[in-house]
Amino acid sequence: MTDALPGLRVRRAGPLALLQDAGRFGVRRLGVTQGGPADLHGWAWANRLVGNEWGTTALEVTFGGLALEAERDLTLAVCGGDLGATLDEAPLPLWRGLRLRAGQVVAFRQPVAGLRAYLAVAGGFRADPVLGSTACVVREGLGGHDGHGRPLAEGDRLAVGGAARGVRGEEAPAGVRPDYAGMPRLALVPGAQIGEFDGTSLYRAFNAAWRVDDRADRMGVRLTGPRLHCRLETLISEGLGLGAVQVPPDGQPIALLNDRQTIGGYPRLGALTPLACARLAQCLPGQEVRLAAVAAEQALAEHRRFRMTFR
Amino acid sequence: MTAMRLPRLESAGLDGWLVRLFAEIDEANMPWLTALIRDCEAAFGAALVDLVPSYTTLLVVFDPLALSPGEARRRLADVLASLRPDEAAEGAPLRELPTWYDPAVGPELAWLAERSGLSVEQVVECHSAATYRVFALGFAPGFAFMGSVEERLACPRLETPRKRVPAGSVGIAGRQTAAYPLVSPGGWNLIGRTAAVLFDRDREGFSLLQVGDRVRFVPVTRDEFARLGGDDTAMEDKR
Repeated sequence: MTDALPGLRVRRAGPLALLQDAGRFGVRRLGVTQGGPADLHGWAWANRLVGNEWGTTALEVTFGGLALEAERDLTLAVCGGDLGATLDEAPLPLWRGLRLRAGQVVAFRQPVAGLRAYLAVAGGFRADPVLGSTACVVREGLGGHDGHGRPLAEGDRLAVGGAARGVRGEEAPAGVRPDYAGMPRLALVPGAQIGEFDGTSLYRAFNAAWRVDDRADRMGVRLTGPRLHCRLETLISEGLGLGAVQVPPDGQPIALLNDRQTIGGYPRLGALTPLACARLAQCLPGQEVRLAAVAAEQALAEHRRFRMTFR
Repeated sequence: MTAMRLPRLESAGLDGWLVRLFAEIDEANMPWLTALIRDCEAAFGAALVDLVPSYTTLLVVFDPLALSPGEARRRLADVLASLRPDEAAEGAPLRELPTWYDPAVGPELAWLAERSGLSVEQVVECHSAATYRVFALGFAPGFAFMGSVEERLACPRLETPRKRVPAGSVGIAGRQTAAYPLVSPGGWNLIGRTAAVLFDRDREGFSLLQVGDRVRFVPVTRDEFARLGGDDTAMEDKR
């Protein structure tokens, strides 16, 4: 960890705060999950607003509760969910690069809109990569600030890279800031097993409102609503991509996110796009979502437009 | 499912294809899968993000900024058109897992013997005589699903999984066997413990076992097990 400097100290740990780079790739064949930011969109914007390159390690704060004290002057940005963030007790503006002075405290209270906030600092958080990535996966004990998948705890100190110069005051255009309180339409690329669901189930899948269950975490989000029937009950386990929407025999879909198991054996409707996964990851239990079938090429065009926004 | 023509390419989102090679689990699938992995690595090069082989399929994840699904599909079709299986099964790496079979670390050993009408010694003999193949890795880093266990040792998973299974624990579920790389929850029937280090972040390749490998469990005494670095602490079996 050359050119790393002290950056932030954890004064109070919330329920879950994890360092995340873009994810852990190339090792899924070993049973190692992908990791990375559950909300790719918020994470990418936070990095961009402080001048970081794509893939730089930022902090994912789930639900709130975290308080961080600056150990030196820093440039930072907070994007994604509104968790009632404050800077020395005053409201902290989101989606904007800010200057933080040594001794100042950034704190998160609880969700106002959305579930996960992303805090990026100019130069990025520094941690030794494990299996090629800093992505923190608690279940696997991999990555994060200590390399062993531990969430942030009181007293932890986060090192920050010293090289990059932050962009002060840059603000994200209003058009890219999602309305987390609204009902999202989640784009889904249909998969090969979609023909194994009966017609009524398919109609319901794409017309009903689905409620986000409280069984939701970084592995996956369970949706409750009309019961979907599939002619296949279980399959021989096969590889699961990000966003795969699997339907177990109880007929209630589960959308699989970044920390999903690498293989599984339930039939699938298809796969949510990466941006649909990002939006779903901001939904609180009880919120409603809709599924919208899209063609792979159309989904790809949207994804490429998103990625071209970032270096 | 109605009979389908295989191999088949199935959409797996905007950045993936699932290659379905076979309909049933079979050790004879594995030389085809390992060959497909190698050929995909060559065909996709830097545009390859991940490969997830599993029993009968290979999930191919590519960089959607470098390739479109259509381009990726064409490359996979070319790979499949010229696919030939790897050399005979005997050519796959053989991994030996030194294993202490004992009720102290295998709480289902006696139960399994009784259930199958064998002595404990015969269960150990039966489990350790076979050479298994790794069908898939999943559930946890380095956790290898292997088969096939002889029919008379086949047994269903525990109805209530254990909250904590010690690292190295060797188990059976259905006609498959596995060893837990790290402490984790788990529902397999435990019959022993291996001293082999199955997952090591500081080792080249990280996982001792890879899809397609051949595996043998080699019975060792408690002393040998301990000398090889195994943890011989008896299980506290709290479910």
